This record gives sequence, C-alpha cells and structure tokens, in this order.
Amino acid sequence: MKPFTKIDAKAAPLALSNIDTDQIIPKQFLKTVEREGLARGLFYDFRFDEAGNEKTDFVLNQPAYKDAGVLVTGDNFGCGSSREHAPWALLDFGITCVISTSFADIFYNNCFQNGLLPVVLKAHEVESLMAQARGGNHVVSVDLEAQTVTAPDGEVFRFDIDPARKHKMLNGLDAIGETLQRVSDIDVYEGRRALDNPWLERA
Amino acid sequence: MAAKTLYDKIWDAHLVAEQDGETIIYIDLHLIHEVTTPQAFAGLRANGRPVRRPDRTLAVADHNVPTEGQALGAGAVADEEARLQLLTLERNVADNGIEYFPMGDLRNGIVHVVGPEQGRTQPGMTIVCGDSHTSTHGAFGALAQGIGTSEVEHVLATQTLRQAKSKNMRVTIDGTPAPGVGAKDFALAVIGAIGTAGGTGHVIEYAGEAIRALSMEGRMTLCNLTIEAGARAGLVAPDETTFDYMRGRPAAPKGAAWDMAVAHWKSFFTDEGAVFDSEIVLDAAAIAPLVTWGTSPEDVMPITGLVPDPASFATPDKRASVARALDYMGLVAGQPISEAKVDRVFIGSCTNSRIEDLRAAAAVVQKAFLEGRLVAPHVRAMVVPGSGLVKAQAEDEGLDAIFKAAGFDWREPGCSMCLGMNPDRLAPGERCASTSNRNFEGRQGRGGRTHLLSPVMAAAAAIAGHLADVRDFI
Repeated sequence: MKPFTKIDAKAAPLALSNIDTDQIIPKQFLKTVEREGLARGLFYDFRFDEAGNEKTDFVLNQPAYKDAGVLVTGDNFGCGSSREHAPWALLDFGITCVISTSFADIFYNNCFQNGLLPVVLKAHEVESLMAQARGGNHVVSVDLEAQTVTAPDGEVFRFDIDPARKHKMLNGLDAIGETLQRVSDIDVYEGRRALDNPWLERA
Repeated sequence: MAAKTLYDKIWDAHLVAEQDGETIIYIDLHLIHEVTTPQAFAGLRANGRPVRRPDRTLAVADHNVPTEGQALGAGAVADEEARLQLLTLERNVADNGIEYFPMGDLRNGIVHVVGPEQGRTQPGMTIVCGDSHTSTHGAFGALAQGIGTSEVEHVLATQTLRQAKSKNMRVTIDGTPAPGVGAKDFALAVIGAIGTAGGTGHVIEYAGEAIRALSMEGRMTLCNLTIEAGARAGLVAPDETTFDYMRGRPAAPKGAAWDMAVAHWKSFFTDEGAVFDSEIVLDAAAIAPLVTWGTSPEDVMPITGLVPDPASFATPDKRASVARALDYMGLVAGQPISEAKVDRVFIGSCTNSRIEDLRAAAAVVQKAFLEGRLVAPHVRAMVVPGSGLVKAQAEDEGLDAIFKAAGFDWREPGCSMCLGMNPDRLAPGERCASTSNRNFEGRQGRGGRTHLLSPVMAAAAAIAGHLADVRDFI
C-alpha cells in the first residue's frame, strides 16, 4: 500500500448526500480481474451520457477540477455495495482524499486498505470547504501526521482518526504481513476451538 | 460477570489477539464469489501466500452468471469479461483446494442463499464475504459482515480480520402484522425510521415477538436489508425455529455432535440487563405493505400513500435530493404511488428468492389466475430462484407451473436483475417492481426505475400492471 502523509491538491465539490458505490463505479466495471485502470468507470453515469460523451456540467469534467486530488462531498458517502473497486477507481483517477461529514462503514474501511484517506469534518467545516472549492482558489492541504485540513483561505480544520489506522496509513503497512507476525496466536486459537467446537472441523 | 449482548458474546468468542490497538478476530466461514476475489487471489500469488483454511471457505458463481443455459458451464458464457471472471474463480478454487459449486450445479446459487441452505451458516459463527449483503446470515445468530477485496485476501491468508468493535443497537418489533405484511415490510419500516446511515457503526440485534414469529426465510430478509440501514451486521438470536431449519442440512452436525452444537448455540442470546447503545421499538400491527418511491432504500411509504412533495422536507439539501429522486423516478409530488405503472417485475435476489418467498408470491398469482387474471399484458415479469435447490423444490411443488401459466418468465438461479451484472437489466426509463434490495440510480440498469417491495407486493404489481396493494389480492 502506498503511504499517505501530506498532500496539497485541488478540491472538487460534489454536493450530494448518500452517494453509493454503484454511483462511484457502476456494475459494468466490476467484471475486471485487475485493480488498475478503473478511472474510466469513476462516477461513470455522472461523467458520461448514454453515448459515452463527457457531460460538461459534471464537476470532474470541468477544466478546473479534472486534476483534483481531493473530493469534498455530502453525508454518508460510499453507502451500499462493498465493492473495493470504488476506492480503486478514485485512486486511479488521482483522488487520494475524500472529505465528508460521514462515511458508510465498509467503504471507510476499504479506503484504509488502499491509502485513500477519508476525512470526517463537522458539517459547517465541510460547507466552508465546499463553498471555497467552488471558487477560483481551491487548493487544500491535508496533513495526516498533524490531522489537519487547511482550507484555501488558510483556516485549519482538525480531524480525528483511529491511531492504528493512522500509523498503517502513514507507513503504508501491509495488514496481512502484520497479522502473520501473530500466526502463533492464530494457531493457538484454532487448536482451542477444535477442542471446544469439534463439529466445526470438517473432514 | 457483566451482562452481555449477543454481539458481545460472539465477538468475545472470536478474539485471537490485540495488536497495535486493533483486534484480530477469527473467521469461521468465508464465502467467496467471482466478482470480489480475483484481485485477492492475485495478491496471494504475488506474495507467495497460501490459503490458510480452504476447508473454511466455500465458493459459488452468482453475480454475473446468465439466468439461462447454465448447464453449458462458465466456458459458454457469452459476455467475455464475465466468462474470464468465472473461469478465473474456477482456476483459483482448484489451485487452492476450495469447495466450489459451479454454475449449473444444483447446489449453486446466490451466495447468501447457498450458505444457509447447505448448513454451512451456523449460530455463533463469524462469517464474511466480499459482498455487503453478507448481513443475511445474521438470521442464524452469526456475526456476518461484508468486506472488501483487500480483506478477502487477508481472510484467505490468515483466517482472521483486523477490526474495531462496533456499537450495539437493538430493534424490537412487537405485535402481530396484518395479512400481506411481512419481513420485507419490517425491514423497509426500520430503514425508513432510522435512515440509510442510521445504523452506521452499529450491529443491530432484532428482538420482539414479531421477530420470534418469523421463519428463517423472513429473518434472512430482515438481516439482509440491515446493511441498507448502514449497520455492519444484523442478528437474531437462535431458537427452535433456527435449529429446525438447520437439522439434516448437508454441513450441519449429525448425531452426538448435533446435540453438542445445539447446547453451544443456545448460549448465544442477549443477557437480561445487557445495555444497548441505542434502541428502536416498532409495532408490527402498525406497519402497512410498503414500497419505495425514491432512489434510496430509506425513501419508503405505504402503498396507500401519496408521492411526497420536496417542499415538505426540512433542509435545502434534502429538498434538492428529493426533487432529483422524483425526476429520476418519473414521479410527481402528490400522485398516489399505486398509480405508478410498471414495465417489469423482478422476484429474486439474496433478499427474496427463497422457497417461502416464491410460495407467497405464487399464492397471490394463483388466486388471481383462478379469477381469470394473468400478468398484465404490458408487463415483463420474471422469477429468479435463489439457488438450484430452491428452483428444484419450487418445481416439485408446482410453483413454476403457476408462475409460467400466469405469464412469468421462470429463470435459472443467480443475482440477476438485482444488480444487472448479467444480461438481465432494465432499459432507460423502465419502471420495475422489485423484491431486491437497492433502488439506487442505475442499479438495475442505467436509467432504470426501481421500487423495492415484498414478493407478494411484486406479484400483485405484475397482475395489476401498476404498483398495487396486495391486501386487495388476498
């Protein structure tokens, strides 16, 4: 996993609540056996019409936001399907941080597996960022170590994050590698369960 | 000892270790399918890591399988990408010694139908799958959660998951529902009451006399839709209904092991006095047959209601999103929802494709048929059983004959039009009465308009040709 430490990037405002993972990346892009190349599918129905032409009114199609690295968006972002293709598509597009008032659990969890930072701010802070992101100067700074988002006007918003997740994200740690360091604990657990719940051991 | 909730007990029974502030919990059963696993197996290969417990893993092909011609096998699937994904799964399970029910096998079907049907799903277990509707298995008193592909890889490699514990929420439904009202309506009522983010960060336990009275199929419907309320998992404590369902299933314990297992399973209940972080209470008798009007599962209303006016909502954001939803759905504020004419009817999905769902829908269809009514001429209606075994049982009971005589299309099992990854999907603008779980924009096909409802309500809509009150059909 690529570490996330600090970025200065353009912020794109997407003022919709309850954006589900079907909208982040629709079903037809889930038939891949790869993790890469999913940027084309990101927000596909928002970005392209039925003939596959770009919709010029969608924020990520506008010249000022085409190279956005941060998405500022509404409540409950990433609800619905567990598809990890959603964070993969955001990252492949170049978005490495999403800021909202709240995230759905599975999406939030998937972000941390991939070095995509989900930042939870208060409603008025998200509104302020949203308003500034719509303006000419819309570069924000996100610092994971300091747990801060600095708005284009210089105001600093602090965010909370689980320390274990922060540590892994800052260092780009491999969760499987970490867990395998505790393989003896897993062996012991399995041995005990085999005695306590023998019917679970299939021939 | 402090009183514990059902969730607390399952959690505590699966603690392996604490590491760097995270908890490592053991996973008893890992269900896998073709769409969310290829990258996980590729990750294992790239790092030279084996599958730790192939015996605790079960694979099916369900998300992008066609609902006809399944006996020809994955190699005959016309869609090139779907075929590659299915063949990739076949190679991965063969390389790793994982039990697999291939497309066309009688035991294959939707992963959340197959696990319980085979007796692999058991009370007190931890279960994961790379699919959000894994919450379904909570009907057995198992902690069942949807995970992403990176976590699928983690479970394959370690048979554990790193997780922080969720909070406890209890939803109590007492009372007796009116005829025509069932588990699907309960679930929609809960989502309508707390919203699609209402359960975020929580595991919901369902309790109360209306829950105890539900069959396992009904409990599965309810727990299935728990994810649409934002919760990590749903739970119903196991009881005699659970044990009666499980007895004799292929992977259920037998003989003395069965007695030992039941004694263990009976310990999974919430202690008297255990504290929940939040509580919701609903009265089953007050719940009408429900239908969704918008593009979020929380957009719920009784079938007798009028489409809401965006102006009646509290915040500007909400007013804008309701206006957008009505525009997408082709509905006008103030119109009776029962006037909405449907083009398609879909009975199926991991929410409502089990034998009891099909029996209930078939009963409505049969009664109408005997009164000389068929599927309305402008409606294309389809039934997609949840598994090969559900399909075979329905055919033994003659349910397929009832559906077909009335004009329904009787298909082969799979996820089908719930998410439209296979050829079954809506055309732009088509309106569908659907027993599935998500009415998101584009979910069943770009521009498709989905109304979520119960199997009996779907049957009523097929015959009426518009959304209809099932109470007029029973």
